[in-house]
Amino acid sequence: MRPVTPPHQALAPTPWRSRSLNLSGLAGAFAILAVLCLLSVSIGTRTTSLSEIVAGLSGSNETIAEAAVSLRVPRTLLAVLAGAALGVAGCVMQGVTRNPLADPGILGVNTGAALAVVIGIAWFGMSDPQDFLWSGIVGAGLTAVFVYTIGSLGRDGATPLKLALAGTATAITFSSLVVAIILPRADIAGGIQSWQIGGVGGATLSRTLSILPVLGAGFAISLLSARKLNLLALGEDMATGLGERVAVARLTAAAGAILLCGAATAVCGPIAFVGLVVPHVCRLLAGVDYRWLLPFSALGGAGLLVAADILGRIVARPAEIDVGIVTALIGAPFFIWIVRARRVRAL
Amino acid sequence: MAQGLTARALVAGYGDALVLDALDLDVPQGRITAIVGANACGKSTLLRALSRLLKPKHGHVLLDGKDIHKIAPRALAQKLGLLPQSPVAPEGITVLDLVGRGRSPHQGVFTRWTQRDDEAVAAALEATKTVDLANRAVDELSGGQRQRVWIAMALAQETDLLLLDEPTTFLDIRHQVEVLDLLHDLNAARGTTIVMVLHDLNLAARYCDHLIAMTAGRLHASGTSEAVLTEETVRQVFGIGSRIVSDPVSGRPMMVPIGRHRVDTTPAQNEAMEAMGQ
Amino acid sequence: MLLALLLSAAVVTLTLGRSYVPITDVLRILLGGEVPGATFTVEVLRLPRTVLSILAGLSFGLGGVAFQIMLRNPLASPDIIGISSGASAAAVFAIVGLSLTGPVVSILAVLAGLAVAMLIYGLAVRNGEAGTRLILVGIGVSAMLQSLISYVLLNAPAWNRQEAIRWLSGSVNGARLDEALPLLTTFIVFGLLLLSRSRELETLRLGDDMAAALGTPVSRSRIVIIISAVSIIAVATAVTGPIAFVAFLAGPIAAHIVGANGSLLLPSSLVGAVLVLVADFAGQFLLPARYPVGVVTGVLGAPYLIYLIIRVNRTGRAL
Repeated sequence: MRPVTPPHQALAPTPWRSRSLNLSGLAGAFAILAVLCLLSVSIGTRTTSLSEIVAGLSGSNETIAEAAVSLRVPRTLLAVLAGAALGVAGCVMQGVTRNPLADPGILGVNTGAALAVVIGIAWFGMSDPQDFLWSGIVGAGLTAVFVYTIGSLGRDGATPLKLALAGTATAITFSSLVVAIILPRADIAGGIQSWQIGGVGGATLSRTLSILPVLGAGFAISLLSARKLNLLALGEDMATGLGERVAVARLTAAAGAILLCGAATAVCGPIAFVGLVVPHVCRLLAGVDYRWLLPFSALGGAGLLVAADILGRIVARPAEIDVGIVTALIGAPFFIWIVRARRVRAL
Repeated sequence: MAQGLTARALVAGYGDALVLDALDLDVPQGRITAIVGANACGKSTLLRALSRLLKPKHGHVLLDGKDIHKIAPRALAQKLGLLPQSPVAPEGITVLDLVGRGRSPHQGVFTRWTQRDDEAVAAALEATKTVDLANRAVDELSGGQRQRVWIAMALAQETDLLLLDEPTTFLDIRHQVEVLDLLHDLNAARGTTIVMVLHDLNLAARYCDHLIAMTAGRLHASGTSEAVLTEETVRQVFGIGSRIVSDPVSGRPMMVPIGRHRVDTTPAQNEAMEAMGQ
Repeated sequence: MLLALLLSAAVVTLTLGRSYVPITDVLRILLGGEVPGATFTVEVLRLPRTVLSILAGLSFGLGGVAFQIMLRNPLASPDIIGISSGASAAAVFAIVGLSLTGPVVSILAVLAGLAVAMLIYGLAVRNGEAGTRLILVGIGVSAMLQSLISYVLLNAPAWNRQEAIRWLSGSVNGARLDEALPLLTTFIVFGLLLLSRSRELETLRLGDDMAAALGTPVSRSRIVIIISAVSIIAVATAVTGPIAFVAFLAGPIAAHIVGANGSLLLPSSLVGAVLVLVADFAGQFLLPARYPVGVVTGVLGAPYLIYLIIRVNRTGRAL
């Protein structure tokens, strides 16, 4: 494919050429998300009609259907928020580590958040969701620093293999610790087990809204880091050469990602693979510019999680499959595909 | 106050190992300088220290008399450009996008892309003859094309100083010469000061105004090709006997190495062999 | 030396516990004698547990090191690359979903383990070189199987969830002697098969091309080794659940003890048995609460994996 456009036209305003394309892409993604949300509110053990949804949304819960709607709305809202958070967090982590396999789940960050929450419940008698939130974020942050430190020791820095292994090792250890904590405590085991697999089913409006400020901060930091991520993508030396303080850029961007996945994990439990899959798909749609990639990942993550939640509800009717299981079943083959498709570099 | 890029009593290294040993250096302004030397003599380390990728243990690297680690990174990046040895391009990025990223030192967090940025990118693409590649993905280009694109990006940065770490490695001979020609054009047209690490002694001697030969973390010799590229220096720096002849193409000095075999035993070479044996 | 260590560990687990039974009494009971008050403890509570621990440990150690040697990578052990997860998934499904017990479960676990091994191998290997891709593909497959296991467990009302977590972490609780029989048979059959291939394994260590140059029928011996190692691991997994990291740890520890020369198969197998015995004993009696053996090995094993990564980083050598 040889571009035949004359030079001046090929050069025509750099970022504008793809701008309208990307904007319509975002609009399309938004429309799909809206449709998914509508489906999510109407589909379930009992399917509801549009008029019942409207009635339910306006606060009425006289009929069973309307009551079902008022249960499904916070659930859908949570799936949207958590999905967007995980999508953006994964995208940022892939940018910060320059590692195609980076994902809050694979790097063990979600397990770290989970361990912190479980410790809080078991030893400090935590029960307030707001405390879950903070302990989840602290756990995610500590784990991220830990895994990245181990994975990047030595000369070649953080290669995909070392990071994935350090993350896996950490995740296995933390899961063992979680089991070690839960086993002697039959009283808390059941609740933690289903929280641990990842679910949006038990969402309440107040719990969902309680994570909004943290998510807002996380989204803001991540989006403001977009240009830094663009430079980091060129490698440490090049980014330095272009006047970026690499360490500062990495820290701020990572902080945004940690707020996002810590908060999402604290409410839904660890959900793997959303952060991995979504940015890769979005890269196919939006290219490599993080200023576009991040908003796309937010919409994509939200869409994926809502869709996974709907799927979990209809596949095994009248029972439900937790959303974390659905995303793993979709995400793992994707992970393998990436591993196969790429020349995994510098191992 | 010294102008341009200078190093004073520079000591630098990795971890506990010190690679550079109290090194002083003045980069001649508006010239092309090549750093040469045997493996592990500290060439790349020197380049990394000069481009503030490596923080000195002692001593300073100064730009117009000011310590480069005390200059704001963005301000420094407007004056000093850098091309690392094997830069990585994100998968699928287009040439235009990549070269455009060279403009980032000139942009703030909220400033928009301007007409000025467009002009700089266009000029960089034209200078490196990569206009036709503008909408291609970088990873589908050949090695020589890719190196031209990276140089275009450094050009878009519009700096007076450009440091390059082995810009010709992994290129075949035709593309090596092409890249060096391009750097020469740039130096002639914009007066950009260029410092690069080069492996090929003869290409360095041909293309550079100023040669720096290093051994064990110190400057062994520096000056014009004629002054630096002598049989004596080659033996001390690379540990091999050689003859220096005149490059029939450029008239600059050219080094012909002498090994243990395949040496015609003419009297002249015998002398060289004996000199090596001493 | 390893044998002596194993024997003394076995003696300790038989004599110590909630109550102390002198070694002479233990011997008399093992030979069929009666010691009032101690026969029940030793014969029903401790002996099956010890026997099962030893057999499972031997199996995990042997199967693990065979994979590590064959793929020339200490990280390519069955518990990291998903083969154990495959066996677990099949076993959980058979036990919980189909209410099966006994040898059928083992057979299903073996089949699933083999299927997963073939899947990973097919997805990852190009030109006989597996390396990094195999490990990463394995991690992916493993994640998928784990979520399947979670699903089966979460939807199993009849199955006591607490007990399920216990099994999944790998446990020799409630061991019965009759469970040891299939384990013993597989171990003897496939263990001997593996041992008979130990010289071929050694040549495979030098790379496929080199092995072929030295006259090893590369693909045939690889198939034999895979089938044997997977069978051993899968049967052990079906009986005790996936005891984390034993297969992964045994080989490198054995290499530390006996040095890199000579075959690692037997030493690694013995190390595996000692690991399981000691970790189970620690989980039962040395910690504040009672933990299944897999939790203990899981917490112990990860630091080693991390150490391995750090060491590789420092030397700059490929894994």
